[in-house]
Amino acid sequence: MTSLTLRPTIAPGAQRELKNHVPFSQLISNSLSMAGRGLIKVRRTPEQLFDVTLQPIIFTVMFTYIFGGAISGSVANYLPLIIPGILVQTVITTSVVTGVQLREDMDKGVFDRFKSLPIARIAPLAGALLADTLRYAIATTITFITGFIMGYRPAGGLGGIIGAALLVIACSWAISWIWAFFGMIGRSASSVQGISMMILFPLTFLSNAFVPANTMPSWLEWFVNINPVSYLVTAVRDLTNNGTVGYDALWALIGAIAVVAVFAPLTVRAYMRKV
Amino acid sequence: MTSLISAPPLSSAQPAGSSADWAVEAHGLVKTFGAHRAVDGVDLRVKTGTVYGVLGPNGAGKTTTIRMLATLLKLDGGEARIFGHDVRREPQIVRQLIGVTGQYASVDENLSATENLVLFSRLLGLTRKQSKAKSAELLEQFGLTEAAKRPLKNFSGGMRRRLDLAASLIAQPPLIFLDEPTTGLDPRTRAQMWETIRELVSTGSTVLLTTQYLDEADQLADRIAVIDRGTVVAEGTTDELKSSIGSSSLQVRLADPKEVEDAREIIGRVLSATAVVSPEGSRLTAPMEHVSAVTDLLVVLRERGIELTELSVQKPTLDEVFLSLTGHSVSDEVAEVAEAAQDAQDAASAAAGDAASQPGLADADADPDPNPSTPKAKILS
Repeated sequence: MTSLTLRPTIAPGAQRELKNHVPFSQLISNSLSMAGRGLIKVRRTPEQLFDVTLQPIIFTVMFTYIFGGAISGSVANYLPLIIPGILVQTVITTSVVTGVQLREDMDKGVFDRFKSLPIARIAPLAGALLADTLRYAIATTITFITGFIMGYRPAGGLGGIIGAALLVIACSWAISWIWAFFGMIGRSASSVQGISMMILFPLTFLSNAFVPANTMPSWLEWFVNINPVSYLVTAVRDLTNNGTVGYDALWALIGAIAVVAVFAPLTVRAYMRKV
Repeated sequence: MTSLISAPPLSSAQPAGSSADWAVEAHGLVKTFGAHRAVDGVDLRVKTGTVYGVLGPNGAGKTTTIRMLATLLKLDGGEARIFGHDVRREPQIVRQLIGVTGQYASVDENLSATENLVLFSRLLGLTRKQSKAKSAELLEQFGLTEAAKRPLKNFSGGMRRRLDLAASLIAQPPLIFLDEPTTGLDPRTRAQMWETIRELVSTGSTVLLTTQYLDEADQLADRIAVIDRGTVVAEGTTDELKSSIGSSSLQVRLADPKEVEDAREIIGRVLSATAVVSPEGSRLTAPMEHVSAVTDLLVVLRERGIELTELSVQKPTLDEVFLSLTGHSVSDEVAEVAEAAQDAQDAASAAAGDAASQPGLADADADPDPNPSTPKAKILS
């Protein structure tokens, strides 16, 4: 069966014209190819989709009915407060998977092949982060749809929703660099998961996502008010409920840029040391 | 289906110079993991267009050597050039000249066979259409067309290796590294793999393969390097190596272990070969040129009144190659890996001397045990 009918057609190594650097256009196309691989993997392993499909539904329904009456008097009154909060919390939680998957991926045999190919070194990392924005988009869409089914009618209109969605996706992408960094330095996929969750929980719960900050003790209120996640939640509320863009959106974006500025070089350096 | 990527045909006029003659030139390669020197001064020269076999047991440093040559691991010492290009200074060029098929299939488990090949083709700069054509063609060549769309999880070991090899051939690299291409395959699949490798060489590729099997190196390789504890202990053509270890191997077990030195002396005289004593001290192993010589040996042993409980003549196995080349067996190796960490210091200095005094085959041939004091002492004690 494995009858190869190859003829001597291979160009001798010494006669080839070769360059020792990768042009920028190749970096882009390599990264897109790697992102394409990420999307096939998402399609192939539906359990990877659970955290972006089921989790938003469960969290939205659960938190709304648990806290709704206590915090806002009724579920209907709570929806404008909770949906932006849940959205931010869910999408940021989704981004944790980036680091874990990257770690798993790098321990597999296929990474050896990527390393042996004449491609841009950074392409597997860039591709993974790029492909993950699709997962954030899915989580965002499902959270809004669940809220809508439960009776949420955002006053900001479609423009506000799209603006809020883009803001959340952009900020989550920025935060995914943090998890990617842990993915590089972590010993194993599960340790990466552990470290990331330890940071994620205080960051998302010690914010104004579920409960207004002024009901908390003053020391906690102080933290909640400086927590970048609170700025993002407030910005999303402004966009969805009023259709306005305030300083909170600006601060959220500045925070996102700062995170990328710090963690992208750190991650890339740790990554390059590995490949 | 026969035409691969439009590559210029092999021209008859080869440019002069070392980069055309040598696909791989490595000198004094060193890789340390903590205190353990996994590769300790390996020299390799692989002529363009040949198959070169690196033979050794588990943990000898074969995979580490290949990974360094393939730019997957940094060199801790020494230097290596692929077609004249330094692996440290020009890694991106080296990657354009090599294909690597790893010991553990380096393909994506979550993708189908076609998706894997299309991905690698796209990464290598082929257009979407070219990638699809190329993948279909390679799958056909490797008999994987029927399984093209199936998830890799259901692939057998042999199918996985074939896909892995197919992936290494997309860019038609002039040098292919095969790390234990048949380990864990059944005999039939193994023979198919050998056939594929032979076909590959007929296209003008150079192949550097590692193996634990003497017969595999014998079947495929033009030259062999035997590697042990991170150093090359012998190097040469298969014929040269075989003559150094004998075409067959004699094993005798003595009724009385006290007579072992006498027996050893007799074997040395009658077969003109150095017999190695087994760890428990009652068994002797010696290389043999002619099987019929065993009659002479038995006569002399009987005259001297040395009783045998067991006698066998076999084809030399990897174990015997090791016994005669290094003075210790493969199974010792496993036990010694544990000691390796503390021994690393002495081993390093001893082996450095070894590597320096071993530029070619001559030494290993003349004296099958280049470092007699250390390993043998261990066995006899």
